[in-house]
Amino acid sequence: MASITGSVEFEVRRPRRSVIIGILLVVWVAAYFLLRGIDTLVLGGQETTAFHRWLTDHRDDVGQGNAVFDAIRVGVDHFVVLLQNVLAQPSYGRPVPVIGWLGVVALAAYLAWAFGSWKVALLTAAGLGFVGLQGLWQESMDTLSLTIAAVLLSLLVAIPLGIWAGLSNRAFRVATLVLDLMQTLPTFVYLAPLTLFFAIGPAAATIATVIYAAPPAVRLTAHAIRSVPLESVEAARSLGSTRGQTLTKVLLPMSRSTVVVGINQTIMAALSMVTVAALIDAPGLGQTVLTALQTLDVGVAFNAGLAIVVIAIVLDRVTTAAGDRPWRTASVRRKVLLGAGAVGVLVAIWFSRTYVWAAEFPDTVNLGSRIAVIATDVTNWVQDTFGGFTYGVRDAVTNGLLNPLEALLTGSPWWLVAAVVVALAAVLGGWRGAVPAAVCSGLLVATGVWHDSMITLASTLLATVVVVVVGLALGVWAGRKHRVDTWIRPVLDAGQTMPPFVYLVPFLALFGSSRFTAIAAAVVYAVPVTTKIVADGIKAVPVATVEAANSVGSSSWQVISKVQLPVARRAITLAVNQGLIYVLAMVVVGGLVGAGALGYDVAAGFAQSELYGKGLAAGLAIVLLGVLLDRITQAAARTRKFNGTVRGDKL
Amino acid sequence: MNKLRYAGVLTAAALALAGCGGEKVGADEPAASGAKDCGTFNLAVNPWVGYEANAAVVGYVASKDLGCTVVKKNLKEEISWQGFGTGEVDAVLENWGHEDLKKKYIEDQKVAVETGSTGVKGVIGWYVPPWMAAKYPDITDWKNLNKYAAQFKTSESGGKGQLLDGDPSYVTNDEALVKNLSLNYKVVQSGSETALIQAFRDAEKNKKPLLAYFYEPQWFFNELKLVKIDLPPYKSGCDVDPAKVACDYPPYDLDKVVSKKFADSGSPAYDLVKNFQWTNEDQNAVARMIAVDKLTPDAAAEKWVKDNQSKVDTWLGKK
Amino acid sequence: MTAQLEYPGVQDDNALLSIHGLWKVFGPKAQRVPRRPELASLDRAALYSQTGCTAAVRDLSFDVAPGEVFVVMGLSGSGKSTLVRCLTRLIEPTAGTLIFEGEDLRAADEKRLRALRRSKFSMVFQHFGLLPHRKVIDNVSYGLEIRGESKPDRRRRAQEVIDLVGLAGNENLYPEQLSGGMQQRVGLARALANDPDVLLFDEPFSALDPLIRREMQTEVVRLHREVGKTMVFITHDLSEALKLGDRILLMRDGAAVQFGTGDELVGAPADDYVREFVRDVQRADVLTLRWIVREPRPEEPLDGPELGPDVLVREATRLVLESDRPVKVVSNGTLLGVIGDEEILAVVAPPHKKPV
Repeated sequence: MASITGSVEFEVRRPRRSVIIGILLVVWVAAYFLLRGIDTLVLGGQETTAFHRWLTDHRDDVGQGNAVFDAIRVGVDHFVVLLQNVLAQPSYGRPVPVIGWLGVVALAAYLAWAFGSWKVALLTAAGLGFVGLQGLWQESMDTLSLTIAAVLLSLLVAIPLGIWAGLSNRAFRVATLVLDLMQTLPTFVYLAPLTLFFAIGPAAATIATVIYAAPPAVRLTAHAIRSVPLESVEAARSLGSTRGQTLTKVLLPMSRSTVVVGINQTIMAALSMVTVAALIDAPGLGQTVLTALQTLDVGVAFNAGLAIVVIAIVLDRVTTAAGDRPWRTASVRRKVLLGAGAVGVLVAIWFSRTYVWAAEFPDTVNLGSRIAVIATDVTNWVQDTFGGFTYGVRDAVTNGLLNPLEALLTGSPWWLVAAVVVALAAVLGGWRGAVPAAVCSGLLVATGVWHDSMITLASTLLATVVVVVVGLALGVWAGRKHRVDTWIRPVLDAGQTMPPFVYLVPFLALFGSSRFTAIAAAVVYAVPVTTKIVADGIKAVPVATVEAANSVGSSSWQVISKVQLPVARRAITLAVNQGLIYVLAMVVVGGLVGAGALGYDVAAGFAQSELYGKGLAAGLAIVLLGVLLDRITQAAARTRKFNGTVRGDKL
Repeated sequence: MNKLRYAGVLTAAALALAGCGGEKVGADEPAASGAKDCGTFNLAVNPWVGYEANAAVVGYVASKDLGCTVVKKNLKEEISWQGFGTGEVDAVLENWGHEDLKKKYIEDQKVAVETGSTGVKGVIGWYVPPWMAAKYPDITDWKNLNKYAAQFKTSESGGKGQLLDGDPSYVTNDEALVKNLSLNYKVVQSGSETALIQAFRDAEKNKKPLLAYFYEPQWFFNELKLVKIDLPPYKSGCDVDPAKVACDYPPYDLDKVVSKKFADSGSPAYDLVKNFQWTNEDQNAVARMIAVDKLTPDAAAEKWVKDNQSKVDTWLGKK
Repeated sequence: MTAQLEYPGVQDDNALLSIHGLWKVFGPKAQRVPRRPELASLDRAALYSQTGCTAAVRDLSFDVAPGEVFVVMGLSGSGKSTLVRCLTRLIEPTAGTLIFEGEDLRAADEKRLRALRRSKFSMVFQHFGLLPHRKVIDNVSYGLEIRGESKPDRRRRAQEVIDLVGLAGNENLYPEQLSGGMQQRVGLARALANDPDVLLFDEPFSALDPLIRREMQTEVVRLHREVGKTMVFITHDLSEALKLGDRILLMRDGAAVQFGTGDELVGAPADDYVREFVRDVQRADVLTLRWIVREPRPEEPLDGPELGPDVLVREATRLVLESDRPVKVVSNGTLLGVIGDEEILAVVAPPHKKPV
């Protein structure tokens, strides 16, 4: 019944909707030519509004000298320093860390083997060995310490929150909103105030990382809990399980593999914060990247960036393997092997505490400088070879697409844009789209950076479209062909964790400082996550469904467009949403390469104290843009399909 | 059971290695820093090479001659100033103006004090790449800028000439200047120092026109001698009203700021910071070693100190 | 395979489980639907368009006798799965009373309800609802574990039921290593493990293939004989219902359409819906002679063979057709009537039945 009414609605509404949208856009363009330049709310680079000044004045009001913050800071600080002492820094009166490189490699490989497989154990040993050969052992261990601390703290917060959001629909709605905020609010906005609460150094860096990295774990834990088959939960309840028993004996064990995906994402996010956190003196590879970039030394920056990527890939593969491990308990043989391995690890650790060669990574093979030279050469070659061509592409896209779109958004009176946005949201999503759109538009005006918001919106829209198109293409490809998936993943991981600062320099050389460069950077950063989600969604389409389509003689394209994409729609909606959030997360980085507007406002607010309030307002504007676009797309996706029975709270 | 055997072999191999051993990890020698009463010296390092040169030399001297434990913290300017209050930062060694921060931390919160000039003069202005100055000699006069505006057009400048602005860290008057000097230009934010330097490199290499905001001293001048445009000369007070500015940027006397606590501590490092003074050439020399020759800051500092021992002696009050 | 169960005498006053006026409405302000007659009488589409609500169970009343196999049958969407979940309040009913052994279940608090679920009721699910991270034996002993029994006790008990359902030897496998039929045996064992009074089956065999399904049905019949539990069995399969059910409740759109024994449904359908439902049934396998007996015609000889009224038509066919006289149907010495060839043929080869 439900599906019938749904599709009827769909058939009737669809053509009308597109006609209305078409008319709306035509009216807008017509009105633009009439009203151009009125009420555009332009605010100059150094100008501020009363609201901005108020924010600036009250920046330091929150939380100074607060005992709670102090306690958190001390706790986190001790934790990070402990890890650093163990892994990275000379400690406890010894010139080397507690565990030297041999011990770390052995321990890491052992853990990878115990929780994953011997394949990832090999990968772990090779990866860590590689960063050692790069001459970045200590920096890598500092980064690893900070990452471990941030990830563990994230999980400490995220898993309970995720469980709560998984069990309660209301908590889920609130959580979604807060998580969007945490992920889109630019780090630069809270980096400086964080140092006020938590002082400069590892603690503040860790906490900044936690804010950015915890959301995926919350989201995926909630998602995992919500997708445990209802029957298993009912079975447990029908046997008289208490809520606690259902949670610990059914929901959590059955959520394991999805929760691990969340942990995985959290690790990736944490590693992508390494360089940003270096701005408040977080130790490790981020420092190397930033210092190298002061002199535009792409080679050295790339070398350090590569170490981050390698660590990311190792952590990713190990957690993935741990998540995919079947439910079996260990066989006797394996237990014996594990025991023997543990002894081996202890021996290795003892070595690494006793002998210099096992404690300090030998620096005879300086792979790092060679990598740096090669990276520099390649960068130069690319710049020289493609330089002229890329400028042409940039100008074509900018003049053909970006400038008209931006002119329409920035040149129209704010009330006209707001009216169009609300109307669009209403057509696409009914009142569920219209109300948030109206609220967000109103708040955007209130932030005082409307004009900059519209410039950023234009770039964001374009970038998101590119991300979705590329992500869909790659994702479908990888989802359909396993081989493609295996070799595309490392590239995607690199795109996600290679610090943007590293590839910004070549991008600047190729495209100059421009909005296009910022869009390109955002695309590189956001395509991986979109691709991964799409690929996973396509892979999850039941084989039988695809076979059914093939059996009636569908072409590949028909299978993709009529079966795989529609069936994977939920994944695709999520992919669009995440793509958008990742694009927005790069707005500030975009501001550093010529996108101006909100990104620049945020960066300037971070650097110039009198612009702090404006920076914060701009950061909020980014969040508002995110919420606005997200709600409209979500609402549009929702009315497309008819919701069957709404699943109630789980327990 | 194959794996078991391998594990056994590996363990045996490891034990065998224990026999050949190697150099053993020794206990840390007692820190030399305890000898003199300097203690820990927390030095903020702001993210540009000129600053790093200052920090390299001061840090080197403090640890070598005064026995301080020097802790360098890589921080953005504003965050360094915050550190004065919390005691995490003792000194900032190259401050570009920042009247707002001075007001907040020196006048209002009274947690920081000024300790005089570094001797380095900062210049801010508009620059063109050398090839342009050579090809169009009259471009360095701002009155001729409109003549060349069409050349500076880009996809970002909306039909006008592009004036590429800088790092978000710096206060600029460029929008007001363009307006008040009736220039047919649009200010475009490059967004970072990196972007500016890359833009100049590209412009010089491919003979592209570029007009951009820049500043000296800067290690990049070692690579490319940018040519400054002469704006209407700065007169005291001509920049009081930011909206009406129509004159060049004032020359900056780059100075040092330390935390109040540090100043009152009687640490010999404080005297070093107070006495520290050198020239643009000195700084450029060290910056060059760091940025172009890829020396570590310490190595660069050591080299420079060897050649300039007399200056260092002055800072240490030995003369 | 015509194993028919004995029909126990059913008396309402000693019912084990008594349901009265039960409603389950999904949607906003669901409470108002059963309370307001003008809403309660609306059909599905009208109710949805007026209130946004869907009534999955509408005003159902019935009793389940101890030891009985009570079958609830209906097509998908008829509300039968919701109904069975309402019985132990896995889904909270919107209105109505549930009396179990004289106790008002709807008044039971969380704790009491849990206690009842731990000892009195068990449920078997369509897609088994097994826990993939536990071995077979740990799945089976789950119910014992959560009520706090010691490990040796629950091991022992779990082994008993594993043997009972024919899973011996598979204790240490994981569910994913078993076939569907074997998995459902695990589900069955789990339900039996805590020795409940009532077993609830929610379409337990519809996900299995036909051969396995028949085997499992026989298994249930066997278990019913051996352990004598009261069972409430949900199915959409009429032959399954007829095979297992002492009494059958046929549901449509949440409401009861007909209620009775299998031969009552087939012999006297309450309306066209039921008639259509039972159309393809092999009537001879379901109907007893009681349904086709007629008054002897005056001239008919009454010296033919005798049969009881509860003999299935199928079983009597050969005898009736071979006899040259009408067969007498006699119950406790009383002649109920006779049956001739045409009565038998009307059931075995009905003339109006169109070829499919």
